[in-house]
Amino acid sequence: MTSFSKPALDIRNLRTEFRIGGRWYPAVRNLSVSLMPNETLAVVGESGSGKSVTALSILRLLPSAGARIDSGEILFDGRNLAMLSEREMSAIRGNSIAMIFQEPMTSLNPTMTIGEQIAEAIIIHRGGRHSEALAEALRLLKEVKIGSPESRLHDYPHQFSGGMRQRVMIAMALACHPKILLADEPTTALDVTIQAQVLKQLDELKQAYGMSVLFITHNLGVVAQIADRVAVMYAGEIVELASVEALFAKPMHPYTAALLGAMPRADRASESLEPIPGGAPTLTTMPPGCAYAPRCSFKQRSCSELRPELLACGDPGHLVRCSVRLTGGMR
Amino acid sequence: MAKSLGSSGHLVVRNLSKHFAKRGGPEAKIVRAVNDVSFSVPRGTSLGLVGESGCGKSTVARAVLRLIEPDSGSIVFDGTDVRAAKGTALRGLRRRMQIVFQDPYSSLNPRRTIRQALEEPLRVHLRVSSKEIGEKAEAAMAEVGLPREAMDRYPHEFSGGQRQRIGIARALVLDPELVVADEPVSALDVSVQAQILRLLEGLRERRGLSFLFVSHDLGVVRRFCDRLCVMYLGRIVEEGATADVLDQPLHPYTKLLRDSYPVPDPRARRALTKIVGEVPSPTNPPPGCAFHPRCVRAESLCSIEWPQLGTLETGHSCACHFPEHGASGRTTSRVRAR
Repeated sequence: MTSFSKPALDIRNLRTEFRIGGRWYPAVRNLSVSLMPNETLAVVGESGSGKSVTALSILRLLPSAGARIDSGEILFDGRNLAMLSEREMSAIRGNSIAMIFQEPMTSLNPTMTIGEQIAEAIIIHRGGRHSEALAEALRLLKEVKIGSPESRLHDYPHQFSGGMRQRVMIAMALACHPKILLADEPTTALDVTIQAQVLKQLDELKQAYGMSVLFITHNLGVVAQIADRVAVMYAGEIVELASVEALFAKPMHPYTAALLGAMPRADRASESLEPIPGGAPTLTTMPPGCAYAPRCSFKQRSCSELRPELLACGDPGHLVRCSVRLTGGMR
Repeated sequence: MAKSLGSSGHLVVRNLSKHFAKRGGPEAKIVRAVNDVSFSVPRGTSLGLVGESGCGKSTVARAVLRLIEPDSGSIVFDGTDVRAAKGTALRGLRRRMQIVFQDPYSSLNPRRTIRQALEEPLRVHLRVSSKEIGEKAEAAMAEVGLPREAMDRYPHEFSGGQRQRIGIARALVLDPELVVADEPVSALDVSVQAQILRLLEGLRERRGLSFLFVSHDLGVVRRFCDRLCVMYLGRIVEEGATADVLDQPLHPYTKLLRDSYPVPDPRARRALTKIVGEVPSPTNPPPGCAFHPRCVRAESLCSIEWPQLGTLETGHSCACHFPEHGASGRTTSRVRAR
C-alpha cells in the first residue's frame, strides 16, 4: 500500500442514478475513491447508503432499465469501465474483477454440480480442456479448505451448508486469478464462528493471490477486523475516508462517531448506547445541503444549505465531508 | 414440586424437549431441536438465549408460548402450569405472555391498517367498549413513539424500524407481564437497532416486564440481558450473569462464540487460531458432548459421556468436562467429572 504505486481501481466522480416516477435520482453521488494493490478497502454504511450500487456500477451489473451511470470514470487497467461495451465488460467480469454476494445460493446454479460450475467459469475465460478445468476446480476447492473435495466436486449447491457455499463462491471467484475481488456482505448471512473462518480465509487468499478487495459491509466490527482503509457511506456519498486505525481511534464525521456510539459491544459493558434519531433519507427525499444534517447533533444553520465537500482534515489520507468539523466547530 | 419451582421465577422452564420428525428422503429422521432445557426468568429481568442458527433457541421461545407444543418438560408462568392450561385459562395466559418477532412485516396483515392490527387482540381478550379499545391502542402507539396519524396507515408505508415499533405496540396493548422477543433487532440497521433497544429498555423499566430475549448478537444481549443461556445443538451449555458468561466463559463453545464476534476495534484484531468445523446436523449429533469434534480442549471422555450442567458458587453453570478458566476445585458438582 505504498503511496507511489498506481491504484488497482480508480473511481472518479461516479454518479449512478435510478429512475423513479419518470425522474432520475442519484443513488451514488460524486464518489471518488481508489483501491490500491493488495489493499482491503471496506465500504461501510447502512441500508440504502449506496454501497452495493457502487459495486454493481463497477461491474456494470445495474439493471439495464431504470438505472444508469450518469457520469464519472471507473479506471481499471488503463481503461474506463463506464465506457466499455457489454462484450468488453463480459471479458472482465469474473475474470480480472470477480464478485461474491451475500447469499451464495442465489448465485449458484441449482441444477449443476459445483465442479461443473467452477470449470465452466474457467473454460469461458481461459479456454482449455474440460478435464483440465475440472482438475483446477478440484485444486480450488482444496484451496478454500472444503473437506473431501474429490467427492464434493460432484455435489449440488443444496448439499452444502451456508458457510461451505460461500467458500464455493470464493473458489469460483478465484478461478481466474482476479486482480480485484468485490465482496458484497459476504459473511452477513453466516453465523459468527463461520464468519470468522471465512474472513480469515479471505485474508489469506488475498495475500496468496495478490488481490485487492473491496469489502462491502454494514458491520463495523467486521470492518475493524479486516480492513486496511475504510470509506463510510451515507445517502450515496462517502462521508469519511481513513485508515482503519484512524477511523476507529478518531472518527471525524459526526455520522461515523454516532454509528460507533450506537453499536452495542460484546467485549465490554457499554456505558451508553446512543441511537441516531430519525432515519436515513430516501432517494426522493434527499435534503439539500448535508444529507446527514437532519439527524446531526452538531448541525449549524449553514449545514442545511451548503453541500460539504470531502476534504482532508489534518492527518494525511483522512478525508471528511463535514463543514462544521473542517472549520473546527465541533470541539 | 411445580409450586416451589413456580415461586423461584416469573417463568420457570424445566426439562423442556421438542423433537421433530423429518420425513422424506431414504429414511425418516428425528431432529432433536430442544433437549432437556431448564431455565428461569425472575420477575422484571431479562434472560437471553444465545447461539447459532439451528441451536434451538427460537424453538424454545415458541414452545414457552405453546406456539409449538413441546414434547416433554414443564413450563410454569407465575405459578400456573402453561402446558396443562386449556380454553379460557390458556387464553388468559396468552394475554399475559406476548411475543415480538424478528420481522414484523411478515406478521402484519398487509390489508389491514395499524389500528385494526392493534385493536384485534383487545377485542379478542377484553370485554370493553370500542372507545376504550381505541384509547388503549392509541396509548400503545404513543408508548412506542409513533404518531397518532400512523394508526390509519398500512404496514407497507412504514420503514423497518417503524414496523418493529408497531410489532412491539401490538405486544403491549394487552399489558403483558412477559415478553418473548425473538431476534427483535436483528433485521435493523445499527442506528435504528439502538433506538429499538432503548425503547425496550424503557418499557422494561416502566412496566416491570420480564423478557425472554432470543438473539445471535452478543453485543445486543450484553446490552439488554441480565443473564444468558448459551445453547448448542438443542442444549444449554452455559448459563450465568451476562458479564460473567462473556468475560469469563467456562464452556469452550461460549469462548469460541465470543472470540468470533467481531469487535469494532482494529487494535483488538484476534488471531483466530483454531476455529474448526461447522455445527453438526441435529438429526445426527455426535456422541458424548455434541461440541467435542470442534473443541480444542476435548479429550477421550468427551466423545463418550455427555457432561452434566454443573454450577459454580457464583451461580455460573456450564456443561463441560474440562471447562475454561481452571474452574476445578471451585465447582460444587460434576463440572469436572474426570
